[in-house]
Amino acid sequence: MTIPRLQLTGITKRYPGVVANNGVSLTVAPGEIHAVLGENGAGKSTLMKIIYGSVKPDEGAVMFNGQPVHVRNPQEARVLGISMVFQHFSLFDTLTVAENVWLGLDKSLTLPEVSASITAKAAEYGLDIDPSRPVHTLSVGEMQRVEIIRALLTNPQLLILDEPTSVLIPQAVEKLFVVLKKLASEGCSILYISHKLHEIRELCNGCTVLRGGQVTGVCDPRQESNASLSRLMIGAEPPALNVRAVNAGAEVLRVSGLSLSSSDPFGTHLSDIALSVRAGEVVGIAGVSGNGQSELLYCLSGEDTRAPAGSIRVGGTDASRFGPGRRRALGLHFVPEERLGRGAVPTLSLAHNLLLSRRDTLGAGGWIRVKALKQQAADIIRQYNVKANGPDAAAKSLSGGNLQKFIVGREIEAKPKLLIVSQPTWGVDVGAAAQIRGEMLALRDAGCAVLVVSEELDELFEICDRLHVIAKGRLSPSLDRADASIERIGEWMSGLWDDAMQSNQKETAHAAA
Amino acid sequence: MESYALLLAASLNAGTVLALASLGLLINEKAGIVNLGAEGMMLCAALAGFATVVHTGSTLAGFAAGMAAGALLAGIFGGLVIWLNTNQYATGLALSLFGAGFSAFAGSRYVQEKLPEQSQFAIPVLADIPLLGPALFRHHPMVYVCVGIVLGLIWFLYRTRAGLVLRSVGESPESAHALGYPVRRIRLMAVLAGGALCGLAGAYVSTVYTPLWVEGMIAGKGWIALALTTFATWRPARVLLGAYLFGGVTMLQFHLQGIGVNVPSQFLTMLPYVATIVVLVLISRNPTWIRINMPSSIGKPFYPGA
Amino acid sequence: MLRLEVRPQPSRAWGLASPVLALLITVVIGVILFAVLDKDPVRGLQVFFWEPIKSTYALSELMVKATPLLIIALGLAVCFRSNVWNIGAEGQFVIGAICAAGVALMADKTTGPWIIPAVLLAGVAGGMLWAGIVALLRDRFNANEILVSLMLVYVAIQVLNFLVYGPWKDPMGYNFPQTKTFESVTQMPRLMQGSRVNIGLLLALAGVAAVWIFLFRTYAGYGQLVGGLAPAAARYAGFSSRKALWVALLTSGGAAGLAGALEVAGPIGQLTPYVPAGYGFAAIIVAFVGRLHPVGIVFSAILMSMFYIGGELAQSRMGLPKSITGVFQGLLLFALLACDTLIAYRLVWKK
Repeated sequence: MTIPRLQLTGITKRYPGVVANNGVSLTVAPGEIHAVLGENGAGKSTLMKIIYGSVKPDEGAVMFNGQPVHVRNPQEARVLGISMVFQHFSLFDTLTVAENVWLGLDKSLTLPEVSASITAKAAEYGLDIDPSRPVHTLSVGEMQRVEIIRALLTNPQLLILDEPTSVLIPQAVEKLFVVLKKLASEGCSILYISHKLHEIRELCNGCTVLRGGQVTGVCDPRQESNASLSRLMIGAEPPALNVRAVNAGAEVLRVSGLSLSSSDPFGTHLSDIALSVRAGEVVGIAGVSGNGQSELLYCLSGEDTRAPAGSIRVGGTDASRFGPGRRRALGLHFVPEERLGRGAVPTLSLAHNLLLSRRDTLGAGGWIRVKALKQQAADIIRQYNVKANGPDAAAKSLSGGNLQKFIVGREIEAKPKLLIVSQPTWGVDVGAAAQIRGEMLALRDAGCAVLVVSEELDELFEICDRLHVIAKGRLSPSLDRADASIERIGEWMSGLWDDAMQSNQKETAHAAA
Repeated sequence: MESYALLLAASLNAGTVLALASLGLLINEKAGIVNLGAEGMMLCAALAGFATVVHTGSTLAGFAAGMAAGALLAGIFGGLVIWLNTNQYATGLALSLFGAGFSAFAGSRYVQEKLPEQSQFAIPVLADIPLLGPALFRHHPMVYVCVGIVLGLIWFLYRTRAGLVLRSVGESPESAHALGYPVRRIRLMAVLAGGALCGLAGAYVSTVYTPLWVEGMIAGKGWIALALTTFATWRPARVLLGAYLFGGVTMLQFHLQGIGVNVPSQFLTMLPYVATIVVLVLISRNPTWIRINMPSSIGKPFYPGA
Repeated sequence: MLRLEVRPQPSRAWGLASPVLALLITVVIGVILFAVLDKDPVRGLQVFFWEPIKSTYALSELMVKATPLLIIALGLAVCFRSNVWNIGAEGQFVIGAICAAGVALMADKTTGPWIIPAVLLAGVAGGMLWAGIVALLRDRFNANEILVSLMLVYVAIQVLNFLVYGPWKDPMGYNFPQTKTFESVTQMPRLMQGSRVNIGLLLALAGVAAVWIFLFRTYAGYGQLVGGLAPAAARYAGFSSRKALWVALLTSGGAAGLAGALEVAGPIGQLTPYVPAGYGFAAIIVAFVGRLHPVGIVFSAILMSMFYIGGELAQSRMGLPKSITGVFQGLLLFALLACDTLIAYRLVWKK
């Protein structure tokens, strides 16, 4: 009987108001690629922080290679041979790759030695990276490579990866899997945290499922189906894709020739973006973050008014230079990606947060009618099933899902002609996510035009009628949902849609001939 | 010509005060902390230094007392800002106001005191070179120590791992924390070191530069030092040059009066402050440049538990 | 050991209790200070907290001192809530005083009472002008308003010195640096016989109402608040950050200038080098201790003037330097900042 590389028994961690981990037990064998599966808020990140030493458990034991250990901080974890690649990179923008890696290693090496080892390790695993480049010049995928190399250089016995593929296009995900399988074959154990069922089934040979802080199942994902894993993860089957009839009306949003240089030195420049959204349809924009979505959304919402004249038309009116207020008057409403800090002011009440995008309760001269405001907030709370302590609750006291429901409700109740939503269900629990997607579809059926920007392909496939892909500041042509597939979208995410379009045209020409 | 040599000498002397304080603030800011309490720390340190020399006769003891006073006040500031996460700007302001009030109060009995005579310093041989001698080689040792500190700081920040860790904390305390570095302790050390340097600057003012004690005698040099760190884009060598430049502007008013320029004295007294505004405007015009050079976490609170 | 834990919602109770606790801490430290200095602590407390309120005359003097603090702090409350850090209210106060004096000096024996609003408006305009420089440099060049406004304080003091030592010096003033005393028609009307309280107090109280309505009942005020709390949300809502900057600085500059005009055409009656009394800086503390709230600022202004009067009395009655006021003011602010932690966090005992 082999000694397990890692064994957790009865790990419990409590935070005010929530039990993040409740009696969690986990076993990983040497050389095993073990998935930790669970939806947002299931307790995965907390568990990893406990293993890595950033957080101390309230109860429970950790055994490494059969020995009980108390990992008090990440440096001790590294000494033991536990290494972690974070979901949100721990990188320093203004320092070089070598300096960044050096900070993640122990003091014994000098900087030139570290540079040399980086190049050597990169070659060994086929991860191309230049040690002297400052990190802020790297793409997101390259930044992840730095994180991985930093982890690999500690010669880990256990490598933890937290949602590594959320920033990768499908082809890059394949390359990552090759690296991980090689690593596992050399005896390193891997803990792979994710909520993506098909990835886990492709890569992992062990899986622990978490729900609400507790273990709901341990299995071998190669033997499971998406449906069975989903049942363990959320207690139900994944919703079936249903094809809806498209009943599109007049064009509400037309974007053409939108080219704009970013005001941020580290941002993405937009290049000749063109799209159209009609009433009664849902158009999606797919793409991993960092490809120009933020810049495009700033232009569409009116937070950036530098778009070329005529490039953005709402209901026929040129809105390119309008601020958010004037665009709302045209019927354009927007749910931003950042809830706290942009979509809502954290310390203000829900009622006062209504005033960010709704002016209907204002009296003459901008007088705030507080009673009417609170009533409006109470109505939204009730209608959209928001769990909150009333209209006076501070926005930051709500959970992510509930705040998102409130913000979405706020915008939908404005009776928009065009609703733009960015990352509608990021960090939102499954129940709220389903409700929000349902509301977007209901809005569509009522004749509103909806534009959704999302990193989650599953979500886009579920609710969109047509899809675009944004890559490096350029937007692909539109693709009907029926013609879309994961592989195709993956190619387009690398910007390769022109070839696809050409071969498409050739096929059509052939068929016609 | 002789007067220009003297002007240069006076500029280096005046600049040393600004440089020492500004270097202290630079260390703070490299770790991501803005300490607006420089003026208050310098005032209390000036008093501490002056009082120590009055009672012990030793300038060295005076410097030590100044550094201790600066570090103590900086420690209180650091405790509030780093552990209680109070607003850095407001807390620094409170430190300045408190320092001004406390030094005025505690210093009232020292107002008429005099310090023992200082000996004239000169580096043998070099001090006798015509023009350059009086300009560069007849200074109080602190002027040369200051240059040494600049060199030491450059070596520390850019050639040692500890300096790299400090810079990384200022760049992204969250990432440094995730990698296991004790961010709060590192920041506290930066704050204490910065306070000690500001204290040294303050003590230098009251024991060497203008050896007397008067309430408010720092007259805004702490604030100018803050502007100087931004002006120098957080590089020690540029801080030194900028400080000498400012020292020159400050001394210019006396020089101009000396050569009989007919401008009301108040406008000449205004010069350093107006110059600071001009410099701030020039340096801030390019937001990209600031973004690339400024430690990203300046002024933002850090929550390790998050 | 004791740990700090985030509260889900900021505690309203502690929002009100924190300044009280801070005052308590300051008093305790004050008592210790008195004891260390060999002075009777009870006498000290009496001088600071009882003497200033024990008679109608004492109360009226309290109001006289509190009025400029209140007015300046109201402006600063709007400014700080907009996240614009105007530290140079002292300079705006001085320039307001200068402009008001300029108008007042134009009066002669035949001038009518219309000169009073003119003097006040000149003060407001002067303060706005000085703060406008800060706004312009931040708007166009992104220059940090803390340092610019502070540097302008030193410049303003030099401008004042230039005028009272030079062109505006009273030829019949025995060569003292001061302007001639203003004609009595320019004096701010007193509110009642036997006290120095003037219409400034009424203006201040009107200001309290105006600022409250603006910040909490108008959309424009809401925009200022959001701009200070969450700039990205303000941008999302469509509020212009440039407009917010100018509103913040012109409001606080105008308020400081008004206070300067009231001081110089009221209690002082002429322009002297002692016009900058530190009210601009003390008002910063008043604003914070008053929670940046108009009603809270009324209380903290009264508290701060008790410190001022107490300090003067401590000098004459107990032989302590007047600057003890500054020590307490600074201590109060420190204590407040520390106690404010309890609004967003609670203390828990954890193993």
